[in-house]
Amino acid sequence: MSDNVVLGVDLDEYKYGFRDDENYVFKSRKGLDHEIVDEISWMKGEPDWMRALRHKALDIFFAKPVPTWGGDLSKLDYNDIYYYIKPVEEQGRSWDEVPDDIKRTFDRLGIPEAERKFLAGAGAQYESEAVYHSLKEEWERQGVVFVDSDTGLRDYEDFYREYFGTVVPAADNKYSALNTAVWSGGSFVYVPPGVKVEIPLQAYFRINAQNMGQFERTLIIADEGSQVHYVEGCTAPSYSTDSFHSGVIEIIVRKGARVRYTTIQNWSHNVYNLVTQRAVAYEDATMEWVDGNLGSKLTMKYPSVYMMGRGAKAEILSIAFANKRQHQDAGAKAIHGAPHTTSSITSKSISKSGGRAGYRGLVKVYKGAHGVKSNVICDALILDEHSRSDTYPVMEIEEEDASISHEATVSKVSDEQLFYLQSRGISEEQAMMMIVNGFIEPIVKELPMEYAVEMNRLIQLEMEGSVG
Amino acid sequence: MSADLVIKNLHVNVEGQEILKGLNLELNKGEVHAIMGPNGSGKSTLANTLMGHPAYEVTEGEIQLKGQSIVDLAPDERSRLGLFLAFQYPSAIPGVSVANFLRTAINARLEARDSAGNGNGRPKGLAMREFRQMLKEKMAMLKMEPGFAKRYLNDGFSGGEKKRMEILQMAMLQPEIAVLDETDSGLDIDALRIVSEGVNQLMDPNLGVLVITHYQRILNYIKPDHVHILVDGRIVMSGGPELALELEEKGYDWVKQPAVRG
Repeated sequence: MSDNVVLGVDLDEYKYGFRDDENYVFKSRKGLDHEIVDEISWMKGEPDWMRALRHKALDIFFAKPVPTWGGDLSKLDYNDIYYYIKPVEEQGRSWDEVPDDIKRTFDRLGIPEAERKFLAGAGAQYESEAVYHSLKEEWERQGVVFVDSDTGLRDYEDFYREYFGTVVPAADNKYSALNTAVWSGGSFVYVPPGVKVEIPLQAYFRINAQNMGQFERTLIIADEGSQVHYVEGCTAPSYSTDSFHSGVIEIIVRKGARVRYTTIQNWSHNVYNLVTQRAVAYEDATMEWVDGNLGSKLTMKYPSVYMMGRGAKAEILSIAFANKRQHQDAGAKAIHGAPHTTSSITSKSISKSGGRAGYRGLVKVYKGAHGVKSNVICDALILDEHSRSDTYPVMEIEEEDASISHEATVSKVSDEQLFYLQSRGISEEQAMMMIVNGFIEPIVKELPMEYAVEMNRLIQLEMEGSVG
Repeated sequence: MSADLVIKNLHVNVEGQEILKGLNLELNKGEVHAIMGPNGSGKSTLANTLMGHPAYEVTEGEIQLKGQSIVDLAPDERSRLGLFLAFQYPSAIPGVSVANFLRTAINARLEARDSAGNGNGRPKGLAMREFRQMLKEKMAMLKMEPGFAKRYLNDGFSGGEKKRMEILQMAMLQPEIAVLDETDSGLDIDALRIVSEGVNQLMDPNLGVLVITHYQRILNYIKPDHVHILVDGRIVMSGGPELALELEEKGYDWVKQPAVRG
């Protein structure tokens, strides 16, 4: 009997499928130290090199100061957080525990029951669904690997040894260090040479794995000439009792390959969302980030592409919506490290009811990178006088023949526009919505259909009450 | 039975300054009236006030549409009651296609009608196919390329395209009273002819039109039944179509005299 008790959980009971809400296999205590890191690594049964990497990263995290730029991080208490909770079988929260406001939002979004339970962390059984199975068979037939990152490390360790932490090193910033120390969840994706994955890979399908983790770590490798579109997160509000999310996404786009990574984050408004997303694109490869930020209290996220081979391309599209008491510090980085590389950044931000949205961007052209082209457009729409928009574009250009353009606009919804639409019988609220939808249309049209629809519905919810 | 549009002793302030100073006008469906006036006479103030622009404050008087007072109604409510304004300077709405905009506007009317209980039991909104057919016909009437429907509303449109777009909206929304605010401004002769012919094709006993203009030119194409001359916020003279020609000949100074004396 006692052999089966692991850290307070009776596995005999568990094996008959009894569950209750606090029945975690393992839950670390609050706070962060080397002992916690050891426990996490031990619970996952990781190889020694990964454990050593975690410890090293933790020291880096401790050593690095809290950033003083971007958003206000001074109230974030690192010792008041559970860094690792290994759930029993699946997320153990029951539907009854999900707060009413989140449930109501689901109702209004018209999200199906099964999906709601998953989104609220209450668990569902998508893996048994036929659609997922047929997709999975198709991927396997093509040699595509799409698994949670724990499985990835266990079954594809060579890839992890070669690439983990090479695109986003632990020492990159304080939060990449933290993520490296305590990561769990996220995806591992490998697409073999020449394979084109037609249907987007959605983290969403893989639901009994811990893809909604606080410290998720995703590694995507697109081999030569392959193509894949990865969609992370969901458009419905992700309810989290914890207030801190810090993910790291690393993507390697080999010669001639093409990767698109789409995120729409809608964390509840108590969450600090600090994510490092970075890709390396080699010769003639294309990397596209499509980034939507609607939720969270503070988001600091600047998807980046390092163009390290001749002819590589980067396209970054980003939408940020900052409502009451929200700060979206979003942006993009395009690093031109090779000749004839091309980047295009389009950023659209909307601020409302005192919200603050910003664009923080970097275009860097290294010496020797001839014939670079870069085009940056950042547009801000401010819906009332209480709200704020900031633009911090940085250009570091070390080659004279680079062709760089930058356009920035800040606009307000004008009384004339509203009057014009209203004069056609459209209500003021609908008119406002129409103007906002039009503003983000260039990005929404790039989203897969179902996400575009949900994006519009979400913005509609955010817009409610915007008209007195 | 009062007229379909009644404007009684209308006084309007803009930024605290009185622009309309007791304007009276009656217009019935099936009629075309022209209001002519020099710069600063209050022409655009009248157009914007009729449609309910929030910056135009009615301090005295009354506007009635089909017997109902509309002074306290929002612009969208006035529109759904059957009033239309073709703007002198239409706003651009980037990212919103002409087709999407028109469909939203039409459905807003149908939904209001259905929820008011006047519907005939059909589902809310206009079916896509029905809508497309209608749009195609009206665009052909105004000699617009089919690709126009996909463009963003007034975004990068030429002056002529904007005015055609206004008349296309009028054709699609089928108002009962339409106000054309300086629709002729900024149009060359060819564009003016196309736009005017478009308006003429929409003429029927269920539509009353108020043409607001500085110049007589547009009245060569859109024939008014009545012509009113607006000077300093009041109608100073009314008459038949011949009044427009006389005004063209003698200039506004001719009518300004009595206003100054009065």
